[in-house]
Amino acid sequence: MKGTPPRKIGVFVCHCGKNIAGVVDVNRVVEDISRLESVAFAMDYKYMCSQPGQAMIQEKIREKGLEGVIVAACTPNLHEATFRKAASKAGLNPYCVEMANIREQCAWAHQNDPEKATRKAVEIIRTMIQKTAEDKPLYEGSIPVLKRAMVIGGGVAGIQASLDIADAGYEVILVEREPSIGGHMAQLSETFPTLDCAQCVLTPKMVAAGTHPNIKILAWSEAREVSGYVGNFTVTIERKASGVDWTKCTGCGMCMEKCPIKIPAEFDRGLGVRKAIYSPFPQAVPNKPVIDREHCLHYAKGKCGICQKVCEVGAIDFDQAPEIIKEEVGAIIVATGFDIYPKENIGEYGAGKIPDVIDSLAFERLLSASGPTSGEIRRPSDGKIPETIVFVQCSGSRDPEKHKPYCSRICCMYTAKQALLYKHAVHKGRPYIFYIDIRSGGKNYEEFVARAQEEGVIYIRGKVSRIYQSGDKVTVVGVDTLLAKPAQIDADMVVLAMAMVPKEGSDDLRKVLKITADKNGFWTEAHPKMDPVGTTTRGIYLAGCGQAPRDVPDTVAQASGAAGKVISLFSRETLSLDPMIVSVDEELCAGCGLCVSVCPYEARILDEKKKVAIVNEALCKGCGACMAACPNSACIHKNFSKKQVLKMVDALS
Amino acid sequence: MEISYYPGCTLKVDARNFEESAIDSFRELGVVLVELARWNCCGTVFSFTTDNVMYHLAPVRNLLRVREAGKEQVLTLCSMCFNTLKRAAELFNKDAEKRDKILNIMKDKEPLAYDGKTRVIHGIELIRDEIGFDVLKKKTGENLKGLRLAPYYGCMLLRPDGVGIDNPENPRAFQDLINAMGADAVSFPFQSECCGAYQTVEHPEAVVERARIIINSARKAGADALVVSCPLCAYNLDQGQMDVKSIDSSFETFPVLYFTECLYASLGLGFREEWKALHYAPLEGVLARIRRETTSKLIGAAPNKE
Repeated sequence: MKGTPPRKIGVFVCHCGKNIAGVVDVNRVVEDISRLESVAFAMDYKYMCSQPGQAMIQEKIREKGLEGVIVAACTPNLHEATFRKAASKAGLNPYCVEMANIREQCAWAHQNDPEKATRKAVEIIRTMIQKTAEDKPLYEGSIPVLKRAMVIGGGVAGIQASLDIADAGYEVILVEREPSIGGHMAQLSETFPTLDCAQCVLTPKMVAAGTHPNIKILAWSEAREVSGYVGNFTVTIERKASGVDWTKCTGCGMCMEKCPIKIPAEFDRGLGVRKAIYSPFPQAVPNKPVIDREHCLHYAKGKCGICQKVCEVGAIDFDQAPEIIKEEVGAIIVATGFDIYPKENIGEYGAGKIPDVIDSLAFERLLSASGPTSGEIRRPSDGKIPETIVFVQCSGSRDPEKHKPYCSRICCMYTAKQALLYKHAVHKGRPYIFYIDIRSGGKNYEEFVARAQEEGVIYIRGKVSRIYQSGDKVTVVGVDTLLAKPAQIDADMVVLAMAMVPKEGSDDLRKVLKITADKNGFWTEAHPKMDPVGTTTRGIYLAGCGQAPRDVPDTVAQASGAAGKVISLFSRETLSLDPMIVSVDEELCAGCGLCVSVCPYEARILDEKKKVAIVNEALCKGCGACMAACPNSACIHKNFSKKQVLKMVDALS
Repeated sequence: MEISYYPGCTLKVDARNFEESAIDSFRELGVVLVELARWNCCGTVFSFTTDNVMYHLAPVRNLLRVREAGKEQVLTLCSMCFNTLKRAAELFNKDAEKRDKILNIMKDKEPLAYDGKTRVIHGIELIRDEIGFDVLKKKTGENLKGLRLAPYYGCMLLRPDGVGIDNPENPRAFQDLINAMGADAVSFPFQSECCGAYQTVEHPEAVVERARIIINSARKAGADALVVSCPLCAYNLDQGQMDVKSIDSSFETFPVLYFTECLYASLGLGFREEWKALHYAPLEGVLARIRRETTSKLIGAAPNKE
């Protein structure tokens, strides 16, 4: 071929067991590729990613003096880093190593046509030869790391992550939207499969976070703006006006006792009451109240002021304004958690209008010793102890047509637990559970469900089609698919195991953090398997149900995982920067600013004096949007230049 | 305002009261129903047969008649006709392969090809979306005052989701209509329970049980009468009461009315004597509570055809 690059390139063709070699004739590929002028060496091997495979590449680099290496194997997402690292140990610049994807994009895609697949594999490698010939050695830049973390969300995930980072010796700022940390776990009664009290295991952690010298809790606060990049974020936080000077408040609770306004308590899912000045529960951390301005008489009518009169330290400050705080941190953990899908959305289950049809979180409050009924199970309408309770699993979950397509994962287990606790409390009670499948994957989970069945919980496999009030009973109509018969139960109370949805406001936070969420609104992890706590933005990590529904042990494990990532980040003084980014040729740049507007990572600014665009190398992800937009071809992706791309296209024609 | 009107077979025979009350009531509300010049059976049941489009020919022909009349909208009163015609219209527009087959079969008999533009609406939709419940409310006065009416949607008016006139799980339209007529809507749990439909032919015992449950539920909810929008529902739930009595001697009959009969009465037009024979359950108790005050100023004299 005319203009063949002079560089000495080695090509290593991987069989990937039978994944590639079962379709592509690897011998013929090596034969064809070896004939090309620029190919100094070519070989094949069963598993290039194995240790012997890597050793072979290193050996050939040294032996043949290779200036570029192409590994024809799987997608670069899997092993590009492996081979680059191996090559650099043999003295080759890692950015002169390329992957030719002949597995996902060739062998797997054309399993029924080995002949064409073989020819395509050769073509793919030929195009990569053109690119590799133009690859320049690149060197990683470095940036300093601020060893201070922010955790957004103070549920069990956020608390665990904060404690782990703080225990490693780094400062943590824990931002919580509600007046207290604790999250949903603080609302729970007992936890499956051990039936230990949720508060008993959670509150020590809350206290530990509240008193830890390295943890600063910003409750009643929300992150409003984030700028910067890994190791160097600036977060703007709004401390909402609580109406109480927390530096003076001693948490004596007199104001809450004397406040005359009673409203349904959110913490009790509306089953209990709270005052207009309140803290959500007695073990709150911080144990300081806030004033609900919507319901407080002082704000509504300018009257009352009882709380101000009874406060001995003069902490009530009706004129308090929201405060804006700026914090510099090196890493952020997003632990925003979940909400319960509203039962009002399910018309066939009464659309929220039947008082004795409650959601599972409300039932947790009825079971909780600190709940509105002090742990006695009494139904909301008349306070009667229910003799029959029907639990409906998958309420809103696994319903792609009308509600949420996904499995909310914890409902099978907590429903078994709730039914069992009900049976323990009301011995003659009859708990029925309607289910689609029982998903009890987890340590001791299956045994727990079996225990519930043995202790008298009746499982009916089938969906519930309708729930309606009939007299003082609630009739549940469904189907028993194992008996192939309609099922109808006149219950005293119904508990809906509602789907879990991302916390309200997640979408606004997504825009603030510039991270991504899936179609259901849950945070997208960097890799579903190999990086489940990372995000596509370096330095921002995920923990808890904001990423996907999960139970307490998994949440705590993930939180520790995210904390581990942060601690590992903080273990270094500086961070290396990926050099596979874009640079601007200042001679060609006209300063039009198009690249500034198309850059999705805000990695561009315009130098007004020089009239050229400047790349923030810490933010640039090398996506290439600016290259496509630049009318003067002044944006040049290092090792993905227009010249390289055009030569790759030419090689195909 | 004039609107193309597709009656369907039953409204010309056993449900004449449904049609007659509708035509007069809508005229009173300023809408003239213009019956299609040539119409045929709606097809009765929307066919799910995937390899035979013959069953869709009847509804599509009716849709074509609407276009031949130069209209884009057709009104139905029977829920079953509404459902079959609307779903056929949807199938025609969404499934290109079936559309081509249907057009191919029709082309020898029909000078004009159907262009897919007919919109099918139900009488309740006409009142809700074009006349307006608020407008109706102003015209109805107190003729039905104190009457507690239970709306019975059945299935064809609501399902499938997207074809039906309202949210199938938590519908409002029928209740709103009854309230706009000046009566009190009574919701009851079985308002969208299937009446048994054509099972009445093969498995009448299943339908009897449905009728018993539905009627008793409406009665228990405190209703004075059940209001329907489909002659088949009316057959199963009204005539069907005869069979309910034969299996349950304690069962008492319960009045069943078409929504248009209620509309007619609400507008001060009363109730026509000859309609009574088309009902099974005696209506005297309900009819005695209907007042007759015409508030209409649209037409000079209230029609009195009793």
